[in-house]
Amino acid sequence: MSDLWLGLQQAVWLVITLNGDLVEITLRSLQVTLTALVVASALALPLAALLAVRRFRWRRSVIAVLNALMGLPPVVVGLIVYVTLSRSGPLGVLGLLFTPTAMVIAQVIIIVPLIASIAHQSLRELWSDYHDLLISMNTTQRQRIATLLWDGRRALLTAALAGFGRAIGEVGAIMVVGGNIDHATRVLTTAIALETGKGEFAMALALGFVLIALALLVNLAIHWLGQTERGGRW
Amino acid sequence: MALLPLKIEGACLGRRGRRWIGPVDLELAGQGTTIVIGPNGSGKTSLLRMMHGLERLREGSLRWSCPLEEARRKQAFVFQTPIMMRRSVLDNLAYPLRLGGMDRKAAQAEAEAWLDRVDLAPAARRDALRLSGGERQKLALARALIRSPEVLFLDEPCAALDGRATREIEAILQGASTSGTRLVMSTHDMGQARRLADEVIFVLGGRVHEYSPADRFFDQPETPQASAFLRGDIVE
Ligand SMILES: Nc1ncnc2c1ncn2[C@@H]1O[C@H](COP(=O)(O)OP(=O)(O)OP(=O)(O)O)[C@@H](O)[C@H]1O
Ligand SMILES: [Mg+2]
Repeated sequence: MSDLWLGLQQAVWLVITLNGDLVEITLRSLQVTLTALVVASALALPLAALLAVRRFRWRRSVIAVLNALMGLPPVVVGLIVYVTLSRSGPLGVLGLLFTPTAMVIAQVIIIVPLIASIAHQSLRELWSDYHDLLISMNTTQRQRIATLLWDGRRALLTAALAGFGRAIGEVGAIMVVGGNIDHATRVLTTAIALETGKGEFAMALALGFVLIALALLVNLAIHWLGQTERGGRW
Repeated sequence: MALLPLKIEGACLGRRGRRWIGPVDLELAGQGTTIVIGPNGSGKTSLLRMMHGLERLREGSLRWSCPLEEARRKQAFVFQTPIMMRRSVLDNLAYPLRLGGMDRKAAQAEAEAWLDRVDLAPAARRDALRLSGGERQKLALARALIRSPEVLFLDEPCAALDGRATREIEAILQGASTSGTRLVMSTHDMGQARRLADEVIFVLGGRVHEYSPADRFFDQPETPQASAFLRGDIVE
């Protein structure tokens, strides 16, 4: 018990003094996850709008596949990316394994289905409101998609935040493809796993505080966005 | 190229063996205001939506006098319940102009001028979803008129409005009509029909039951069902 108490005290100290390792790892975590978030949103949001606006033959199948992919175990995604990027794999020549880029790729694969599914839910609702009006105004498909993305931006931000929350707390996949290399690919979650394994509770707890704070912030933002949306503002 | 006349031949709406509109044969000429009347469920909304191209024909044909793409651009529709975009009042109004490629500043300036005309200028920055029913209807009307359509369809635009709001809408409509917009409008309000109509389409059971000039329709309707409807009797 006193070990834990001491660990807690040290952890708080590490956070207030902005310990160098702690800051470095936090920044890397943010860098990897925000990059993944931008890439994933750029793919998932237009896809979600397209699925809402356009009736094509495979639409239902695509939606079903997206929903199924949401349940993909991250560590399996890590394995697939690992095999693809490993020296003998199809993309081995790029030499990306154990780099932050590999971690970004894995996170993108994990959160694209999540963001696309959530975004599609709300854009489909918006489209059923707008359908007659936009058809009547003789809009092109591009204009329809742009209009939905713009007028649905609050809901889309919520979808993106959910993606961020999932990616920043993910450990299995990035451990596999990033390798948790000090000063290179070590991020919050993998560092916590390592420090805990070593029995270094102070550092593990300090990293945990930062992670919890980030997760709380994201969820508060989601909650707040949801409320303003219900209030009819945007 | 002129949009009208619009020629409709044997047009039906339906799905899976069921048919709820038609067959409709109709030629909509180039001038005047057409009022569509008929009991609830007779097919007024469906007929207007069909003319505007919002419904797929199951049978028959519908031809404008110019290529379809051009015809689509030159018409607008005001729905029975106004559809408000999740934007400010001003941005709702500027939207059709932006679609047409106008830049943001110019579109907003023109939208402001229209807001003045429909007395909504003080609400410009407000969220459109916060407008009252009457204000929404005025906004929807202004948004439909802002690109000066040659043909404007209106589906009971005054159904939920009081006398004053109705008069405001009618004044805007008369202005549009004077400046050359062809109006095709459904209504339940016989007073309004008499005030605005140059010709009347009387719909019953999904068909055009009678289509005649307004004076003749109101003075000497051709069919017993039309006279019963005008008397306020229940028509089946
Ligand atoms: N998509 C559809 N599928 C099945 N039936 C339909 C469809 N659209 C319209 N109908 C039917 O067609 C008939 C005419 O409907 P419509 O809405 O055109 O009537 P209306 O004259 O506008 O009525 P109201 O005065 O109540 O607005 C109704 O019986 C309606 O149920
Ligand atoms: Mg109707």
